[in-house]
Amino acid sequence: METPGGLKSAREMGLIGCTRCGRVWPDGTPRCGRCGHKLRSRDPKSIQKVWAWWLVGLICYVPANVYPMLQTRTLVFTQENTIVGGAVELANHGSYAIALVILVASVLIPVSKFGVVALLALSVRHRARLSARRRLQLYELVEYIGRWSMIDVFVVAILSSLVQLGSIVSVKPGPAALYFALSVIFTMLSAQAFDSRLIWDREAKNGASPAP
Amino acid sequence: MSQPLPASDRPAPSLDALIACPRCDAVYHVGTAPGINQRATCTRCHHVLIAPRQSAGKRIIAVALSVLFLVVAATITPFLAISTNGLSNRSSILDAALAFNSSGALLLLLSFALAALIVFIPALRAILVIYVLIPLVRNRTPWPGASRAFRLAEHLRPWSMAEVFAVGCAVALIKISALAQVDLGPAFWLFSILVVLVVVQDTLMCRYTVWKRLEG
Ligand SMILES: [Zn+2]
Ligand SMILES: [Zn+2]
Repeated sequence: METPGGLKSAREMGLIGCTRCGRVWPDGTPRCGRCGHKLRSRDPKSIQKVWAWWLVGLICYVPANVYPMLQTRTLVFTQENTIVGGAVELANHGSYAIALVILVASVLIPVSKFGVVALLALSVRHRARLSARRRLQLYELVEYIGRWSMIDVFVVAILSSLVQLGSIVSVKPGPAALYFALSVIFTMLSAQAFDSRLIWDREAKNGASPAP
Repeated sequence: MSQPLPASDRPAPSLDALIACPRCDAVYHVGTAPGINQRATCTRCHHVLIAPRQSAGKRIIAVALSVLFLVVAATITPFLAISTNGLSNRSSILDAALAFNSSGALLLLLSFALAALIVFIPALRAILVIYVLIPLVRNRTPWPGASRAFRLAEHLRPWSMAEVFAVGCAVALIKISALAQVDLGPAFWLFSILVVLVVVQDTLMCRYTVWKRLEG
């Protein structure tokens, strides 16, 4: 594809692009006339918001792993399982695939999400080793997989509504379910607060004239 | 042509004919818009900018109507039943969502949030999309508030978690099967279809085309 004159960002052209519908407006327009979305050339508080949600999400993730997720009561015993404890027990019973799903959704995805969002937020201010496109791919991945962490919360919900067989066996949700759900919601908000256009500004600064 | 040209070299183009990549802010001149089943992608970040599809409007409406029907059906009919030693219990999707309601105010809040993620938000998005698209596919002027409705539908997209819930069901089933006999109700199968439809609904939609049409 031909690129005569090279690509320019809306900001470099003294314009604002709407992130919801793509319409371009003169600098200073407060709201998009096509879709009504609030226009900002760049959100100056974007990174602050990212870190704020990120921190709250991380704080909630601690009790989510410490407290029990599930309380199982049977005739002979009462058992409380944390997220990791539940997965280990599943593996002990031979359900390796399910244990793996739980570990990926509840540990691997959230932990790597904290890491990636922090890396993206830092790379806006500091020099990054990864190329801009690679970082955007990471961002899109995080945006896509973040919601899948909710699996374990849904599992707890299904189990506690279904497994109610009087004195034989009954399942109750533990406090970790709440913290875990909150942690997922906060990290989703953190990723959404990130203005991905910031990734490209640093690169543009090296060549083109500075933005107004 | 399938790729929009970079707009930087053009003398004062009409802003209406430009499109800014929502991911990286690169500006393109739309020029001749891509034809049916062609895609215009951002050359810098590879984000898909424009991707119109053959009679997408009608197909999306059909899918959204089935989503709506399935959500209602799957919500009120029991979707799982278990039994062991003569005792049994059955549960609907709404029961599952509201499972936390017995354990305090905060968990009650979580219950409502879960019900929203699984049932209400997918249903609301379907209604909003139908409302926006019906006048468009009939080539009429959009109904009042259509752009606000579409904006809300887009805003809710990441919070619609029907398909995540479906995977949760599968995991829960295998966990329970060790404890008791599990029976799958019709709602379970309805919900499985629903998940496929929700994904289809999102891949068919060309947001640029819809916004352009809503602008008039
Ligand atoms: Zn807009
Ligand atoms: Zn782009």
